Amino acid sequence: MADKILKKLYIKVWRQNNAQDKGRFETYEIENVSTGSSFLEMMDILNNNLIEKGIDPVAFDHDCREGICGICSMFINGRPHGPDSAVTTCQLHMRKFNDGDTITVEPWRAAAFPVIKDLVVDRTAFDKILQAGGFVSVNTGGVPDGNAILISRDDAEEAMDAAACIGCGACVAACKNSSAMLFVAAKVSHLAKLPQGRIEAKARARNMVARMDELGFGGCTNTGACEAECPKSISISHIARLNREYLVAKFSE
Amino acid sequence: MQKLNSKIPAGPLAEKWSRHKAAINVVSPANKRKLEIIVVGTGLGGASAAASLAELGYNVKAFCYQDSPRRAHSIAAQGGINAAKNYQNDNDSIFRLFYDTVKGGDYRAREANVYRLAEVSPNIIDQCVAQGVPFAREYGGLLDNRSFGGVLVSRTFYARGQTGQQLLLGAYQALNRQISKGNVKMYSRHEMLDVVVKDGKARGIIARDMVTGEIKRFGAHAVVIATGGYGNVFFLSTMAMGANGSAAWQCYKKGAMFANPSFVQIHPTCIPVHGSQQSKLTLMSESLRNDGRVWVPKKLEDAQKLREGKIGPNDIPDEDRDFYLERRYPSYGNLVPRDVASRAAKERCDAGYGVNPEGKAVYLDFKYSIERLGKKVIEARYGNLFQMYEKITDADPYKEPMMIYPAIHYAMGGVWVDYNLMTTIPGLYAIGEANFSDHGANRLGASALMQGLADGYFILPYTIGDYLAGEIMTPKVDVNAPEFEAAEKEVTDRLYKLFNVKGTRTVDYFHKELGHIMWDYVGMSRNEEGLKKAISGIQKLREEFWADVKIPGELNNLNPELEKAGRLADFFDIGELMARDALLRNESCGGHFREESVTEDGEAMRNDEKYAHVSIWEYLGEKKEPALHIEPLVFENVKLSQRSYK
Ligand SMILES: Cc1cc2nc3c(=O)[nH]c(=O)nc-3n(C[C@H](O)[C@H](O)[C@H](O)COP(=O)(O)OP(=O)(O)OC[C@H]3O[C@@H](n4cnc5c(N)ncnc54)[C@H](O)[C@@H]3O)c2cc1C
Ligand code: SF4
Ligand code: FES
Repeated sequence: MADKILKKLYIKVWRQNNAQDKGRFETYEIENVSTGSSFLEMMDILNNNLIEKGIDPVAFDHDCREGICGICSMFINGRPHGPDSAVTTCQLHMRKFNDGDTITVEPWRAAAFPVIKDLVVDRTAFDKILQAGGFVSVNTGGVPDGNAILISRDDAEEAMDAAACIGCGACVAACKNSSAMLFVAAKVSHLAKLPQGRIEAKARARNMVARMDELGFGGCTNTGACEAECPKSISISHIARLNREYLVAKFSE
Repeated sequence: MQKLNSKIPAGPLAEKWSRHKAAINVVSPANKRKLEIIVVGTGLGGASAAASLAELGYNVKAFCYQDSPRRAHSIAAQGGINAAKNYQNDNDSIFRLFYDTVKGGDYRAREANVYRLAEVSPNIIDQCVAQGVPFAREYGGLLDNRSFGGVLVSRTFYARGQTGQQLLLGAYQALNRQISKGNVKMYSRHEMLDVVVKDGKARGIIARDMVTGEIKRFGAHAVVIATGGYGNVFFLSTMAMGANGSAAWQCYKKGAMFANPSFVQIHPTCIPVHGSQQSKLTLMSESLRNDGRVWVPKKLEDAQKLREGKIGPNDIPDEDRDFYLERRYPSYGNLVPRDVASRAAKERCDAGYGVNPEGKAVYLDFKYSIERLGKKVIEARYGNLFQMYEKITDADPYKEPMMIYPAIHYAMGGVWVDYNLMTTIPGLYAIGEANFSDHGANRLGASALMQGLADGYFILPYTIGDYLAGEIMTPKVDVNAPEFEAAEKEVTDRLYKLFNVKGTRTVDYFHKELGHIMWDYVGMSRNEEGLKKAISGIQKLREEFWADVKIPGELNNLNPELEKAGRLADFFDIGELMARDALLRNESCGGHFREESVTEDGEAMRNDEKYAHVSIWEYLGEKKEPALHIEPLVFENVKLSQRSYK
């Protein structure tokens, strides 16, 4: 438990001033980082040093810093969210690294997620997929009592497993095809598991998949890389459910 | 003082809201289509409001500073949401929820607002279920409930430890549906930097496109602020890194009054501060107190050994453990409200019983409930929280107690609003944590989510119609008007000024300094001398900031340091106002504890004769002292008593 000090680290990080810039790696040295610090706290220290030296700090997305908002998105040593399982970048701690390590940090790389600056990418494509049907069509008001429809505990739990997706995009970054299938499947599955969402389940699957294709995400070839890197352990079994909904939707066309 | 009409409807408490709804104006569908509304913020308050207003037919523009509306800080709420459903048959009712909330708030909230909140609370659960929010269920398929700090009934609905996430995703889905229909235009990565007031009415905002740095003007017939709380004034808090008070503060500077700024909540169960490199604090849900027992060693020498790492918590036998909450408050025990639990932890640590190397931590122990219920049950209830704790601290809470310490968590204070949720600027509304309205001096657990969604789904969509009914003849707002030009210039000038200081110190340096002042003097325990020190200390620090801050990068590019600097500039002002407000309120109530106002045994002592009111501050100009106004609080339905959890 006791924290140690990592005396020296080399941070090899992607620098790209804007979407038009070609971008390149730069390596910075950083000293005396506690193993109890989070990865983003290490980045704070790095940026502080850079500012003091008059160098533009590394831009990266972060907000909640507790693994739930899904905004942090670093590709660390070849893995989305770095070398720990079931965590986001902000939950990754420096105890996963050793003194003297070179740590490579890149943005998510996917055609549908263009780089904005350094490690910051544009993920509005995810919003757009959900806008294509990732909801239940009810207005505010005029709905039945919450207990009017019974839902088995298992169904509610399974829906919750899928609904835990934080929309971070690690699945896309991990996939050699840049497919967004796990993300789409998580939403389709969450809603399809509940009676409230059943009614539109087919149309939802069809419309979201169509939108995903339009937005430049690749196809799914079942490599399982997404599941392995998903910080919320969303299971690829949801992709199977999505495929079922999708096929039914296609047949009934 | 006409500006401060709270517009509380006449009549018996239980009928006020229905009578009010019957009396206010409604806008016809054809006219709604001609009206535009700006909603700043897409948390529970903003997303639910934007979606509901768009469903009604208004044209909505919504803003957030993150890359997607789904990431608003509401996403981080863990424990649950209250509603007076009485599904457990434990004699809960709208009145009881109302009463608990007023009492929990230490009698510093408006009866009428709180009653309405309790009244609409059941509808929130129905709405969320209809949207597909996967609330926890019992084996028979009914919705499950848990009990939450400070109350004696089970009325909290939850979705594992991710209730805020699931409720926000529900509202976000409703918002997405309206975006896809073209009824809402979403502006992500846009930060509101000013509100535009024309002819005395709110008519739009100025926002910075955070990707390009472009300063843009947006016009509307009404503006809704749903920008959350200002807890980050303390630097270290459980708030998201970008959470800020700036939007609310710009409204204040344009004439919206600010109420009870000193009322902030300190949450008792956070992971303790650790070293000096820390950037934020992580909350461990209050629900943990249902099954965890809080203790420190009875013997000072045990505490000493724990701090030095010579022994571990499991080496201390039960008879040498001081379960101080159970000892001091036998009837509520570990479930006392947050402010009481927080101060009790501070008291033990100040007395030398703290258990981490910094001496600022107490134990929250699950050993007893694991023995009673089995590990499986505890895992099902808190699995994800335990995992989070382990990832951060590298310690396993199934095997040894968690270490916890209080941290800043929520702002009860905020923009003053009347019963219609309108600020003192006509056409400007404030909802969710950004307003002051419902929680008095202390918020009960699981009530912020309830309030955000109550405001957004069920209150604002009605009350805003009353105002907009008078605006149907107002044409589309012209953003080339001189008022917009002036506001834009003010914003640009300020950004230039900040950027051109070109000093030597980083924004974080100043923010940490401010945090120290706030935590030491305007934190859990306050006194006159300290508060005066805080005011002069903040003033001095602000001057240094404006003379010596160093902002790298470019104005017209993504520039997180520039964003932080702008927010910090406002935090100095907010911090100063908090200290002023705390100084004038010489009583202990809720989260505000004045060392000068305590009972013989050291418990907080309210002073209803002098302070049963809302303190409301009016901005009078830079370097001028703000003016204090008072809204007296009238209690006709609850009996004021000193809170007692003994
Ligand atoms: C860790 C944690 C756990 C909690 N747990 C619970 C719980 O279990 N139960 C409960 O009831 N409450 C809980 N709370 C409190 C509750 O989550 C919040 O009070 C509530 O979610 C606030 O919602 P909101 O809509 O007012 O604002 P927020 O969710 O904070 O949203 C603010 C929005 O405003 C936007 N914004 C801010 N400034 C600007 C600007 N200048 N320009 C443009 N956009 C801006 C942001 O982008 C965001 O969209 C918890 C809070 C924390 C910190
Ligand atoms: S499925 Fe997992 S990896 Fe993909 S966006 Fe959701 S949480 Fe992130
Ligand atoms: S910063 Fe929110 S998930 Fe990492």
